[in-house]
Amino acid sequence: MDVEAVLLTLRLALLVTAILLLLGTPIAYWLATTRRPWRGLVEAVVALPLVLPPTVLGFYLLLAMGPAGPVGALTRSLGLGLLPFTFGGLLVSSTLYSLPFAVQPLVVAFAAVDRSLVETAWSLGHSSISTFLRVVAPLSLGGFITAVVLTFAHTLGEFGVVLMVGGNIPGVTRTISIAIYDRVQSLDYAGATSLALPLLILSFIVLAVTYTFGRRSLAGWPGRG
Amino acid sequence: MAGAGLSARLERRFGRGPTIEATFELDLAAGHTLGLLGPSGAGKTTILRCLAGLERPDRGSIVADGQVWFDAERGVNLPPQRRRIGYLPQGYALFPHLSVADNVGFGIDGLAGRPKHARIAELIELVGLDGFERRRPRELSGGQQQRVALARALARRPQLLLLDEPLSALDTVAREELRGDLRRLLVRLRLPAIVVSHDRTEVLVLADRVALVDAGRLIQEGPTGDVFARPASTAAARIVGADTVAVGSVVESDAGLATIEVSGHRLTAPSALPVGTRVVVTVRPEDVVLMAPGGSSAGLSTRNRIEGVVAGVEPLGPIVRVRLDCGFELRALITRPAFDELAAQPGDRLLALVKATSLHLIPAGEG
Repeated sequence: MDVEAVLLTLRLALLVTAILLLLGTPIAYWLATTRRPWRGLVEAVVALPLVLPPTVLGFYLLLAMGPAGPVGALTRSLGLGLLPFTFGGLLVSSTLYSLPFAVQPLVVAFAAVDRSLVETAWSLGHSSISTFLRVVAPLSLGGFITAVVLTFAHTLGEFGVVLMVGGNIPGVTRTISIAIYDRVQSLDYAGATSLALPLLILSFIVLAVTYTFGRRSLAGWPGRG
Repeated sequence: MAGAGLSARLERRFGRGPTIEATFELDLAAGHTLGLLGPSGAGKTTILRCLAGLERPDRGSIVADGQVWFDAERGVNLPPQRRRIGYLPQGYALFPHLSVADNVGFGIDGLAGRPKHARIAELIELVGLDGFERRRPRELSGGQQQRVALARALARRPQLLLLDEPLSALDTVAREELRGDLRRLLVRLRLPAIVVSHDRTEVLVLADRVALVDAGRLIQEGPTGDVFARPASTAAARIVGADTVAVGSVVESDAGLATIEVSGHRLTAPSALPVGTRVVVTVRPEDVVLMAPGGSSAGLSTRNRIEGVVAGVEPLGPIVRVRLDCGFELRALITRPAFDELAAQPGDRLLALVKATSLHLIPAGEG
């Protein structure tokens, strides 16, 4: 088993999940509550990775982050060098690629919170942020769990974007799926299985636990309507 | 109005929909309750939401106790957090993930630890829910939920309570019980309140003054008894209904029969309400019999004989609606031939006969 690839993948998935919780929550809350006309536009951008072939997304990210791209120019001027074929580049791309998996469950959960609860909290003197933390977030626990699991699992298994932007550098950008692909290419089926099977089992366990626990946590609030 | 008053002049437009316009004042110092009565969709809730700061009027101003809450011209619009209001939305909006105590304590700021617990306990006791502190809202009946929401709204020591259909989510039994309780509480706290309702009885019991809302406009405003007795327009009459409505109090109670004093008249009705209860008396116009004051009513079983002066006569095809001023306005529907026999003119005296069982009493607390 390629321990290096496993650890790298776990690190990537954990970081992406953490970043997306911080980044996705305000985006999702805005989408769930706004009535602005450009809401649809933002939603489309967020959902794009769902329909776009990963290679297409990876290709444009590679161009943007490259020496001639705008992101590349920015990271260079900040003294960060270029992102392609680095762990940082992988992190940025994976975050974008998994964005809808974090945002969409959160939007659904936030939108399901009765508006009058929010308004009542305001009338009781709570700021919008306090209202979010004390009313909306606790009532959206199920959405947060779904977002975390989907983001984590999706990042674990991604391939196309990682290959385009990160390449295959052991210890830097070689994730489990790249390592599996590598072994299959060299007809090392036993080696591929040693990585693929744990991933399959892990994914199943995580999902099974989530759906069991997630459903119960949702059933805890029958009076939310 | 200067000082301790609420003065609102607001206009809210909805795209192609109706325009809501309302101008009214409420004396906050007196602790009176203003009822906004009208059919569903008349704009009552919108008016309340504008006062709460949850909706922004397109024009006008709202001033409470000298503090400008909203002024379209000066661009002032205080957020709900900075208006000292206790807002009770329809359906109560209790926080489902919090216990009764945490719901009640949600709006308390500046207190923590023991003083906060003491304040929560005081509020829970005020609404009679001692022992329910740890329950979740879903474990409460509708009436109990309403009490929690009320305690929560009172926790911030608001200068004005805004109640949106406070009783309409309840079943009949709970509604009748809570109506009286709510009135007693409002009177006891001397807390000014605005109650939105489509239910006449609710407004009769809860409100000292009433504003009738029709198609987005306030069409009549005044003391509740006056407005119900003398609707100024057809639209107002439709909202207050055709029944006679009078406010009185129980002065005697004996063997299931109560004597109620209303505007100097003593009326009898079957009721076990205790002496001192304030009641709203309603009579359906078809249950009133009219006769000339000289005629003999000996031998009739009718318990209530009320003398009054004909204030108005309104022909409705084969039926005539007669309005009798008896200190309150008594409305009767009689047939045209019967009316012709009476030969009554406005200003004439007539006797109205009402069976005791035709008087409907609604207890309205001790206020």
